[in-house]
Amino acid sequence: MSTVVVRVKQKQIAQLIAKGKRLDGRGLNDYREIKIEQGIIEKAEGSARVLLGKTEVMVGVKIETGEPFPDTPNEGVLTVNAELVPLASPTFEPGPPDENSIELARVVDRGIRESKAIDLEKLCITPGKKVFVIFVDIYVLNHDGNLIDASSLAAMAALLNTKMFNYEIEEGEIKIKPGYMALPVRRHPISVTFAKINDRLVVDPWLEEEQIMDARLTITVDDDGNICAVQKGGSGYFTPKQVFEAVQIAREKAAEIRKKLGW
Amino acid sequence: MPTFFERRQIVTPGDLLAEGDYIAGENTYKEGNRIYAARIGLVEYEDKKVSVVALRAFYIPRVGDTVIGTVVEVGFSGWTVDINAPYLAILRASDVLNRPFKPQKDDLTEVLDVGDLVVAKIVSYDRTHNPQLSVDEPGLGKITRGQIMKITPTKIPRVIGKKGSMISMIKQETGCHIILGHNGIILITGKSLEDEELAMMAIHKIEEESHTTGLTDRILQMIKKEKEKRGGS
Amino acid sequence: MSQKTEKLIDKKGLRLDGRKPDELRPIKIEVGVLSNADGSAYIEQGKNKILAAVYGPKELHPKHLALPDRMVLRCRYHMAPFSVQERKSPAPSRREIELSKVIREAIEPAIFVEYYPRTATDVFVEVLQADGSTRCTSITAASLALADAGIPMRDLVVACSAGKVEDTIVLDLMDIEDKVGSADVPVAYMPNLGVITLLQMDGILTPEEFEKAVNLAIEGCKKIYAVQKEALKAKYVSVKEVEE
Repeated sequence: MSTVVVRVKQKQIAQLIAKGKRLDGRGLNDYREIKIEQGIIEKAEGSARVLLGKTEVMVGVKIETGEPFPDTPNEGVLTVNAELVPLASPTFEPGPPDENSIELARVVDRGIRESKAIDLEKLCITPGKKVFVIFVDIYVLNHDGNLIDASSLAAMAALLNTKMFNYEIEEGEIKIKPGYMALPVRRHPISVTFAKINDRLVVDPWLEEEQIMDARLTITVDDDGNICAVQKGGSGYFTPKQVFEAVQIAREKAAEIRKKLGW
Repeated sequence: MPTFFERRQIVTPGDLLAEGDYIAGENTYKEGNRIYAARIGLVEYEDKKVSVVALRAFYIPRVGDTVIGTVVEVGFSGWTVDINAPYLAILRASDVLNRPFKPQKDDLTEVLDVGDLVVAKIVSYDRTHNPQLSVDEPGLGKITRGQIMKITPTKIPRVIGKKGSMISMIKQETGCHIILGHNGIILITGKSLEDEELAMMAIHKIEEESHTTGLTDRILQMIKKEKEKRGGS
Repeated sequence: MSQKTEKLIDKKGLRLDGRKPDELRPIKIEVGVLSNADGSAYIEQGKNKILAAVYGPKELHPKHLALPDRMVLRCRYHMAPFSVQERKSPAPSRREIELSKVIREAIEPAIFVEYYPRTATDVFVEVLQADGSTRCTSITAASLALADAGIPMRDLVVACSAGKVEDTIVLDLMDIEDKVGSADVPVAYMPNLGVITLLQMDGILTPEEFEKAVNLAIEGCKKIYAVQKEALKAKYVSVKEVEE
């Protein structure tokens, strides 16, 4: 199937947006339906599957032990990776991560890291020597637009679902004790992505809107309404006024979603 | 209706040149009723037209232009020629051989091989296909002697001068035969290496000082001084 | 517990390199420094030393990668192994790949890509020495390299960062301020059109602080833009002066 959006449809999408409506009936600031399932992969320490409209993303969290970064010897390590697997879209090719999957992983990582969502200090085993390493692996299963928000939600849901084994240090070695403890997650950053089409901003663009947009703007908001990550994407531009407008809308939408999910 | 610069002032991309009922000329663009510069160059206001004489630009093929190029590939039915433009040009065998082309009988490399220089004319070009060349005119064809130099294509008109005054002066003073390709490539054929180098020196100076006035005289002076230095006229 | 032992802003309100919060690092730019590239520019901003070069427009091979109605812009941001304190491996890192993308997306809006179908233009940025906000310095240089190559542009793109360091919003972050500070906001701007072509934020800011930082970065961009224009004209003005 071609990925080119037929010109007549392009015009249709743009004309509707100029009138404040979208092809699927949503308002400019409305999200598609969000469905979240947690704990679907038992072999992972934490997992979640998000459906954002028809965009489907799965995230698995694995915990291992390793060395801390030299400049943060008392903190655990968080590492986020994303794969745009070929079955998710005719435009995804097999191979090493390309710029899109790298950008996706880094934007999701920024939101979690800068909001201090995980209390990394609680993941220190022996300062300077051994810490827990949290691997967050984003697996995009179906691309129907707005992979960033779907992946952020899935990553957060997976982290909230993550259980670590209880342990104690005996003679410098980790001894596993019975039982589990939850990963120390204390913040819930939510990313809100906009597409700019014909000079209007729309929230949560679906695939065809993304294919005709001029540019994309993602604002990640923490529980207090502060901004912890921003990423402009695409080869268009925004006026400063549009940026600040997006920030306001992002704060509202993030609060709405957080409330709906009970985070 | 305001204009924002003086004639022949240097402008850079994005400079607002005029606002109002103006026409966007070369190397400018219009947004709403404002005209901006798109390249670095000297701004010209001619009546309602605002344009920029670019100081830096690459050659975009134009039908009718004479160009000098290098053969880079010999294909089945013709040659691919590098004409110092974003697009490679095609020279068809049927055009050069002046008769229907027989791939089994004719060996194209014997006519023109990779590395050969040609002077040709652009006979067709548009957004959908590469420029097509022809050598079907006197003065066009394979180049066998002389020196080649390259200058910014936008300076070629300056090398020609008003009504050809500059180029005629150089030809006369150096005794060289000079072919100016619109694509910025110039072929100089003289009686001696020194004559050819003198012509090249003059053209280099024109390229560097193209945006100044009184250039023709200065070049003439420079050539005369050089010839004196070499002991003879 | 944080490792910082020195204050980034002293009692007089000055930063570690003596700058005021809204002051830019010293900038030096030279355009047209490489003989092979179609266009080039070299920039020093504080301790940043960055070289940008442009090749193109040229036909894109393999042909199936070309676009029928416009130019393809490719960009590679790369750091030399000796550019940072701890030697960096020459292999492209994830950060370099992301930066290559955002830098390309920052300069592309300025180019009239529809003028040159089926072609490609390559932009190469080499960071020879890095001291914070290299993506911004890179964009400023790349934009000049494009103009030097004679590629028609809507405007020069200029970039500058702002951030938060010890409760103060500051302009043009150096490396230590980026590492130890609480937010970094790089911004790329086309001053004549008044639009933002690159915007990222890393850290935590209230919406008011974010707005302040973006506006401060834009002011920085406008100042650097003047330096860009002068550097571009400098090649031609000197000859003019000699004759008059």
